Amino acid sequence: MKSPKFGVVVFPGSNCDHDTYYVLKKIFDLDVIFLWHKQSSLENCDVIILPGGFSYGDYLRTGAIARFSPIMNEVTRFANKGGYVLGICNGFQILLEAGLLPGIMIRNESLNFVCKDIYLKTENNETVFTQAINGQNILKVPIAHGEGNYFADENTLKELEENKQIVFRYSERDGSVTNAANPNGSIKNIAGIINKSGNVLGMMPHPERSSDSVLGKTDGSLIFKSLVNNILN
Amino acid sequence: MFKAKVLIKRRKTILDPQGKAVEIGAKHLGLINIKNTRIDKYIEFNVDTKSKKAAEDEVNDYCKKLLANPIMEDYEFTLEEVK
Repeated sequence: MKSPKFGVVVFPGSNCDHDTYYVLKKIFDLDVIFLWHKQSSLENCDVIILPGGFSYGDYLRTGAIARFSPIMNEVTRFANKGGYVLGICNGFQILLEAGLLPGIMIRNESLNFVCKDIYLKTENNETVFTQAINGQNILKVPIAHGEGNYFADENTLKELEENKQIVFRYSERDGSVTNAANPNGSIKNIAGIINKSGNVLGMMPHPERSSDSVLGKTDGSLIFKSLVNNILN
Repeated sequence: MFKAKVLIKRRKTILDPQGKAVEIGAKHLGLINIKNTRIDKYIEFNVDTKSKKAAEDEVNDYCKKLLANPIMEDYEFTLEEVK
């Protein structure tokens, strides 16, 4: 069977592109390529990943400039046709600016850059990105961001809730969603959301940093595993 | 009390990396006539003094010591009396 092909987009200022590439190539043994932000072809990839980093120095607003990089026209077209797109951290911020996901990201409530392992409660394990997560649905995944404070207006939140688009929330180890477990002030502890059609996921935590057992944690690998399973089936 | 409106501008001869990065976005958008994008800082606050002179002195202090770096930035401001 043909291995799914992953494309990791490289923007000026991306810095998790190689980590993501490494996980897909070395841990999952998948076909993966880098896609420079100036190119206009997605080279027949089955999944597009917008990696973490600080594209264009985070100037103006996080993701605001990267969203107009030439490749984003293709990414938008691909997403609108149902192609799988995963935005991690800065990638999530770019998806928000591009309008592929609703809402915005503002500065962490504490004003601090937060870099630590957190627990994620999987609220929807029926998506193409989360189907391999089963059992207790709580993942230990690191975050590393200064602007992860997700915000959306009431109507948008209502819609997100109703359509089960809130995929991950920051939680305690036992899965309870508390203020204390919220690392950045994100509304309703939102850590990751999916679009209505279920093919575009944005998340602040870094699954690529918790996919290699050498690092002592592998919960993030379930997200990549879900995608692979879905494409192969 | 006075309302201060301060504009802090990076000197023209000093690179503005933010303006430069944002202008790349303009090019990608097809806005090819946009040139020399510079991003300055606009800051508003109140100064609770009776005299305008005292307010001016305090704003100058604030700008020189904290809001602007006189090595690379110039500032200008207006003061408007508020009730």
